[in-house]
Amino acid sequence: MLKFTKDHEWLEIDGDVATVGITAYAAEQLGDLVFVQLPEIGTTLDKGQEVAVVESVKTASDVYAPLAGEVVEINEAVVNDPSIVNSDPEKTGWFFKLKLADLGSLDGLMDEAAYKELIG
Amino acid sequence: MSVEAKTSPNSLRQTPLHALHLDLGARMAPFAGYDMPLNYPAGVLAEHRHTRTAAGLFDISHMGQILLRPKDGVLTDAARALERLVPADILGLAQGRQRYTFFTNDTGGILDDLMVANCGAYYLLVVNAACKENDESLLRDSFSQNFDVEPCDRALIALQGPKAESALAHLAPDCAGMRFMDVRELSIMGKLCVVTRSGYTGEDGFEISIPSDVAREIAEGLLENPDVAPVGLAARDTLRLEAGLCLYGADIDAGTTPVTAGLTWAIQPIRRHGGERVGEFPGAPIILDELERGPAIHRVGLAPEGRMPVRAGTPLFVEEANEAPVGHVTSGGFGPSLGRPIAMGYVPTALSAPGTKLFAEVRGKRLPATVTPLPFVQHHYKR
Repeated sequence: MLKFTKDHEWLEIDGDVATVGITAYAAEQLGDLVFVQLPEIGTTLDKGQEVAVVESVKTASDVYAPLAGEVVEINEAVVNDPSIVNSDPEKTGWFFKLKLADLGSLDGLMDEAAYKELIG
Repeated sequence: MSVEAKTSPNSLRQTPLHALHLDLGARMAPFAGYDMPLNYPAGVLAEHRHTRTAAGLFDISHMGQILLRPKDGVLTDAARALERLVPADILGLAQGRQRYTFFTNDTGGILDDLMVANCGAYYLLVVNAACKENDESLLRDSFSQNFDVEPCDRALIALQGPKAESALAHLAPDCAGMRFMDVRELSIMGKLCVVTRSGYTGEDGFEISIPSDVAREIAEGLLENPDVAPVGLAARDTLRLEAGLCLYGADIDAGTTPVTAGLTWAIQPIRRHGGERVGEFPGAPIILDELERGPAIHRVGLAPEGRMPVRAGTPLFVEEANEAPVGHVTSGGFGPSLGRPIAMGYVPTALSAPGTKLFAEVRGKRLPATVTPLPFVQHHYKR
């Protein structure tokens, strides 16, 4: 199940684990990324907490936890080569996997059609 | 994550190449009151590398071009008048040559940095976009009725990179005979342009002042060459940072002196103590005294450890914990040619020697950063 946030993150939800990344729209708006900082495995996050940093040539941007949960896996490939986030943001350019604290909290997320409407 | 909207307000000014930028698919952004191309579809990293390996074409028409013309045709009078505003040797600037200088204030600070070209009958001044109105007022207020101060609305483009000469020579063969900081009037596609062999990337290249009605035609004529690609302001910034060149408003401003900024090479001996035309520019006592005693702080290059960019405003420390900052970063980011972060900033002179270990505090963490010589990437001027 694919979901989106208004903060331009995508979540691929499989059981109680969500794979999280930034959307193609966000990656395009940021331009060429040169730095990605990911959380440590085992980090417990509240919804909305700053969890990662992406830096383009021009600016640094925070990535917020889309839901509460625990980080169970991170994608070292995007740390080593941030350009993957530009070339394949919604597949191999994922950031981290989150074991969700509360599956009921999915209701606040957008589906793809709603997100596409948001970005126009 | 928050993402900026891509629309630009209507109140922004447009350069004569604005429509070309849109046709080329540029991502536009406001800069100094103009709607300017930040990058093209190739992206800032590709545009940067293209400039270092082939030739990049930049629209810099937002910059101010001011003609300074003596009404009686005697250029030396204009030179003497200009020397009351800048610490460079203008009188000794030969016809067909250009020189970097700065307008100073009474406290020795820098009001703007600029290029002055001796075009024979007049001086052509190229000044920063954000300062051009102030510069023009300064010139009008300082100069007598004997001079015309004419802001000109010509387009200005820069062609930069190792293939800039061959690309321009297709259209104007005489450009190949120019060396760094030469200025010539050349006919390009039948139009008379003012060409200087200079730039803001550390590469060999040219800046070309073009009548605005033919700017697009000439830009497109250059872009027809497969070696030439359009480059936006984002890559212009990474290129100049790698070249260790100052950005006005970031690395230098009204509160920094040319001496602390390491720009003393632009103050020729004739304007210093012991020189024939010593001082007589604003802030001269402060600047010349600092030049002799040595500055308390100095602009340096910084190489942050790791991959995290260290940006303007970042405080610098001697120790990993506690104590007050000793300096700050004025420009910083990622150096695409180096594949790592680079920065420039001000530190006390005692901490300015290459190899000095400092710490830069980013998001609450202190990262090691080593003072390094400037430029980060060697200049390739044709001297």
